[in-house]
Amino acid sequence: MTSPDGNLFQQQEANRRRTIWLVIGFVLFFAWLGFGGDYIWALEGHHPFPWLGIVLTTVAIITAWYAYKTGPEKVLWATSAHEVTVPQTDAERQLVNVVEEMAIAAGVPRPRIWIVPDEDPNAFATGHDPRDSHIAVTNGLLRICNRDELQGVIGHELGHVKNLDVRLMTTLAALVGAVLLVRDGMGRMMGRGRLPVRSSGRRAKDAGPLLAILLVLWVISWIIAPLVTQLLAMAVSRRREYLADAVGAQFTRNPLALASALEKIESAAAPTQSIKRGAAHLCIADPLGRRFTNREGWLADTLATHPPMSMRISRLKGMGYAELKKQGGLAV
Amino acid sequence: MWVLLVLIVVVVFWVIAAYNGLISLKNQTVNAFKQIDVQLKRRHDLIPNLVNAVKGAMDFERSTLEAVIQARNQAVKVNASGPENVKQISQAENALSGALSRLLVTVERYPQLKATGNIGQLQEELTSTENRIAFARQLYNDTATQYNTKQQQFPTTLVAGLAHAERTDLWEIEDQAERAVPQVDLSRR
Repeated sequence: MTSPDGNLFQQQEANRRRTIWLVIGFVLFFAWLGFGGDYIWALEGHHPFPWLGIVLTTVAIITAWYAYKTGPEKVLWATSAHEVTVPQTDAERQLVNVVEEMAIAAGVPRPRIWIVPDEDPNAFATGHDPRDSHIAVTNGLLRICNRDELQGVIGHELGHVKNLDVRLMTTLAALVGAVLLVRDGMGRMMGRGRLPVRSSGRRAKDAGPLLAILLVLWVISWIIAPLVTQLLAMAVSRRREYLADAVGAQFTRNPLALASALEKIESAAAPTQSIKRGAAHLCIADPLGRRFTNREGWLADTLATHPPMSMRISRLKGMGYAELKKQGGLAV
Repeated sequence: MWVLLVLIVVVVFWVIAAYNGLISLKNQTVNAFKQIDVQLKRRHDLIPNLVNAVKGAMDFERSTLEAVIQARNQAVKVNASGPENVKQISQAENALSGALSRLLVTVERYPQLKATGNIGQLQEELTSTENRIAFARQLYNDTATQYNTKQQQFPTTLVAGLAHAERTDLWEIEDQAERAVPQVDLSRR
């Protein structure tokens, strides 16, 4: 197996850099909206001082900072995951053990473990860096995977953690998907009939003009966010998944187990209800079950967040058989 | 004159970078070794529980149990002698792995044992411990190999003496059969 050590370092650097650019791009986008508006106003002979630009830019900076800081919490909240601190059932005990084992193999501290109450098999990782990371799996995954396959999936997720993919992908999810995530979360809460009481209207009434600005900001965000998400899905390239598969296989030394897990996930292709658009690119398999994920070509490359499952499986199998050949025979 | 000065500065910077790189790898290797140690301790603590749990039901398999206890005590003794003799420790631990896998195979022959719940949990713990040891060993070997390669490669090898870099032993595995020890997974799902 090729050693991705140099590769790993490059990938970490690239992810740090891209996260910074993503945040800068986000702030610049809102600065442009604000100062652009001021410019138009000034052209019509109104107030010369760029209030709108300053306010919007400040809001964008605060949002970006807030999104970066609380991204992992927000993602986990929107998927209604619950943390496993003291394992109760056999399946949970096994999950905790497997995560612990893979953290040892990767040489990183053990991530915090979450379970998403969803019967569709899927998994994702989030966090800022290996010292502050989270791994979440669905109930469905625990149900259909055996120990080795679970190990493969967790290895893949720890690959994302070690590559620092989680930092870029979580910041992306929190920034651009903030609106979507909040909306999905609201939908979930309304479905269960308990809205948060804290966000009552009293403070908003005091704010007055700030409310108007926020409203405009929200409306704009709502209109453009899905579009921007799609565009940024291009930036979050599909190569990332292949790399995480390879790094995960390097941790487990068992690429065939991950291949078989992916086959199982693929055959249970029902959409993952709990994981919505904003966090789709974080998952091991496309939670939306979109058809073009399994196609090649520029359109799929542009619009899909994941490479075709069949390609990933065949690459992993290639790795697996190369390994077996080296050991001199099918020793399984 | 200037060219010479620039050359010296470049060389000095390279020496510092190479030296620091070696030291960092050295510490990573030491740390990876400590991780194996932690996992081995965990296994040593777990074995008495396992033996107690199966002792009653497996009275006539006394020799298998005794082999495990003996191998465990031997491993604890060698470990206490310090981390210097990697070879001896790995031999003792490999013997323990062998004894444990024989015990696990034997337990499989007693379905009523597995049915008592407690054993199932212990088996999961033991499987996990074996895996943890294997992965800690894998990390140690990978890191040590990287360290060994770095200090032998030109031109880093010129700085190796300065950083007191010495070849580290890898954690050997006796034969292919040993590698399969964690594979004695009892396929609980």
